[in-house]
Amino acid sequence: MPTETFKREKKDSLNEISTIEKTVLSDYKYGFVTDIESDEAPVGINEDIVRFISAKKNEPEWMLDWRLKAYRQWCKMSGDEPKWANLKYPPINYQDIIYYSAPKQKIKPNNLDEIDPELRKTFEKLGISLNEQKRLTGVAVDAVIDSISIGTSFKEQLAELGIIFCSMSEAIQEHPDLVRKYLSTVVPVTDNYFAALNAAVFSDGSFCYIPKGVRCPMELSTYFRINAENTGQFERTLIVADEGSYVSYLEGCTAPMRDENQLHAAVVELIAMENAEIKYSTVQNWYPGDKNGVGGIYNFVTKRGICQGANSKISWTQVETGSAITWKYPSVILKGDNSVGEFYSVAVTNNYQQADTGTKMQHLGKNTKSRIVSKGISAGFSNNSYRGLVHVSRKANNARNFSQCDSLLLGDKCGAHTFPYIEVRNKSALVEHEATTSKIGEDQIFYCNQRGIDTETAVALIVNGFAKEVMNQLPMEFAVEAQKLLAISLEGSVG
Amino acid sequence: MLNIHNLQAGIEGRKILKGINLEIKAGEVHAIMGPNGSGKSTLASVLAGKQIYEVTDGSVDFLGKNLLELSPEARAAEGLFLAFQYPIEIPGLSTTNFVKTAINEVRKYRGQEPLDAVSFLKMMKQKMALMNIDQSLLSRPLNEGFSGGEKKRNEIFQMAMLEPKLAILDETDSGLDIDAIRIVSNGVNKLRNKDNAVLVVTHYQRLLDYIVPDFVHVLYNGRIVKSGTKELALELEERGYDFIKHEVSVEEEV
Repeated sequence: MPTETFKREKKDSLNEISTIEKTVLSDYKYGFVTDIESDEAPVGINEDIVRFISAKKNEPEWMLDWRLKAYRQWCKMSGDEPKWANLKYPPINYQDIIYYSAPKQKIKPNNLDEIDPELRKTFEKLGISLNEQKRLTGVAVDAVIDSISIGTSFKEQLAELGIIFCSMSEAIQEHPDLVRKYLSTVVPVTDNYFAALNAAVFSDGSFCYIPKGVRCPMELSTYFRINAENTGQFERTLIVADEGSYVSYLEGCTAPMRDENQLHAAVVELIAMENAEIKYSTVQNWYPGDKNGVGGIYNFVTKRGICQGANSKISWTQVETGSAITWKYPSVILKGDNSVGEFYSVAVTNNYQQADTGTKMQHLGKNTKSRIVSKGISAGFSNNSYRGLVHVSRKANNARNFSQCDSLLLGDKCGAHTFPYIEVRNKSALVEHEATTSKIGEDQIFYCNQRGIDTETAVALIVNGFAKEVMNQLPMEFAVEAQKLLAISLEGSVG
Repeated sequence: MLNIHNLQAGIEGRKILKGINLEIKAGEVHAIMGPNGSGKSTLASVLAGKQIYEVTDGSVDFLGKNLLELSPEARAAEGLFLAFQYPIEIPGLSTTNFVKTAINEVRKYRGQEPLDAVSFLKMMKQKMALMNIDQSLLSRPLNEGFSGGEKKRNEIFQMAMLEPKLAILDETDSGLDIDAIRIVSNGVNKLRNKDNAVLVVTHYQRLLDYIVPDFVHVLYNGRIVKSGTKELALELEERGYDFIKHEVSVEEEV
């Protein structure tokens, strides 16, 4: 009301903080903890822990061997933790982390109705209903809490079309041939430090196989939730779209507010055969830490897809608002002729968050096309970097790339950086790169204010306008959610 | 409707407005004229609540409320509209979405339900016809890549949608050719009625050929030094601002 507003303004000027800065101070809405007993591995990592995880999941021997190979590889890589990113954080002590934690459920649920009510409540609080009748029609969900999947909806309906959508653990048991055939073919165990660690200790994730010629009739989604203390989450997702198939997949993630940093190191592999299309969307909202940069998730993720067959297409769309540290480069290997790779990204950093994110487009086949649209939004004391590589190999005739990297700054204590790398080995390539940096001005805010729009709403309008091109790529139901999330991430303590 | 008493304001310790007195009643059109740097745009900005200006003295009563105590968005919701001299660009945000948000925020302030999509579109169609403005302009990102004329027409369209009690037009004629001035002025005239008022801030008399004022005030060096009817504007046009400067300096000597 009028008088209150006036008081608020007076206070603002006393504190000498600009309205924009006030507006970006945010509150995290998903920071609650579910009180449920969990079944945990002893703290730290060694071969026994790897065996422990494998045994917990009752894995076949080939899987254990694969893990152990990865673990030994990771040990050899010690000291190879990537240092090239524009990120600053204290060294991670890998012996302080609990690598396996599963919420204890009294009975093993045979179907979704038997899930522990506490866990069901957790997901309902997050806006994810595991009750199929109540779910948004056309969305199947796999819910992962800490190290394990607790349930997958619409499984039977999908199975009728031959679509496999289940947790990774289940896939290893039920579809070992498929898993063995494709696992780590896109992201090799030795790919990088975090990928090797993931291969050694990953505990769950989603598996998805779309058979030849099938268009998946609903959005598939996985919801990741970290709950237990001192644990890391290491999930692994594998999606295979066979010839002429199509799938749209979405993942979402949140975590409780805790003062210590928690590690999340995931691997996602996508494989698109001839004429297949995979659309992968992420809304990442891990706990970002508090206003002083205490706590938050360290998010080190390797995501890569391969357009294996001709005329295939892989499209990554990400809305990154959470995590204290984001290290993530969803990439596409354009192997098939005429294949298409896309990367659409909105990354928001606020307070003391740091993000170093972008993509790699590797053009191997002829007439391959890639498109990169990156929108970085920095506020508070945060740092937001785009890092991208466009590589055109010798044989990739007529490769095309268009990249656009825009940065928006809120306030004057944050940073935006762009590191675009271009390697072209074929003269017929056409590579374009555009970049802009702009600032939300007090003038823009005042213009909105003068039309009756308060500062918080004004910032949301401006930010959503800036990110529109990327938001338009999201599936309808999630675009609305993502818009709200952007606003919340930058929402102030004002009002 | 608006009662300004001894308004003094400045920026970074520099005084720009040195005691403005002005009363505007419903149904009236007032024009404020003056040479560059006299404080015209500052007055418009202070009334709208731009925070970089500091009000050091005086009072402003708007429809029975102390205007200076209201936030800029509350002033807008109470019925004050400023047509900007330099309308601001917001990439990716359409005029339609912007205006819809504005209307619903104002309605929220007034304790009204948000306008549903059908009523909003109906209202928009009606105002578009009134303002002779094209749908394609409203779908484009707000003011981005607009010509000078398009920006000003868009301002007046927003005014039509928000139906303010008091509209302040800050140098709305600047950068416009004569045809554009005529179009924009026609828009303003169509919105005039006995319950609202217009304050036209302008450097040149030509705009007042189209938006005919009831009163003309000359602002010089932070004060209103002369007030009159529309004939005063013609006199200024003919004799230039120098005669005012001269009169003021003579008075000050006396």
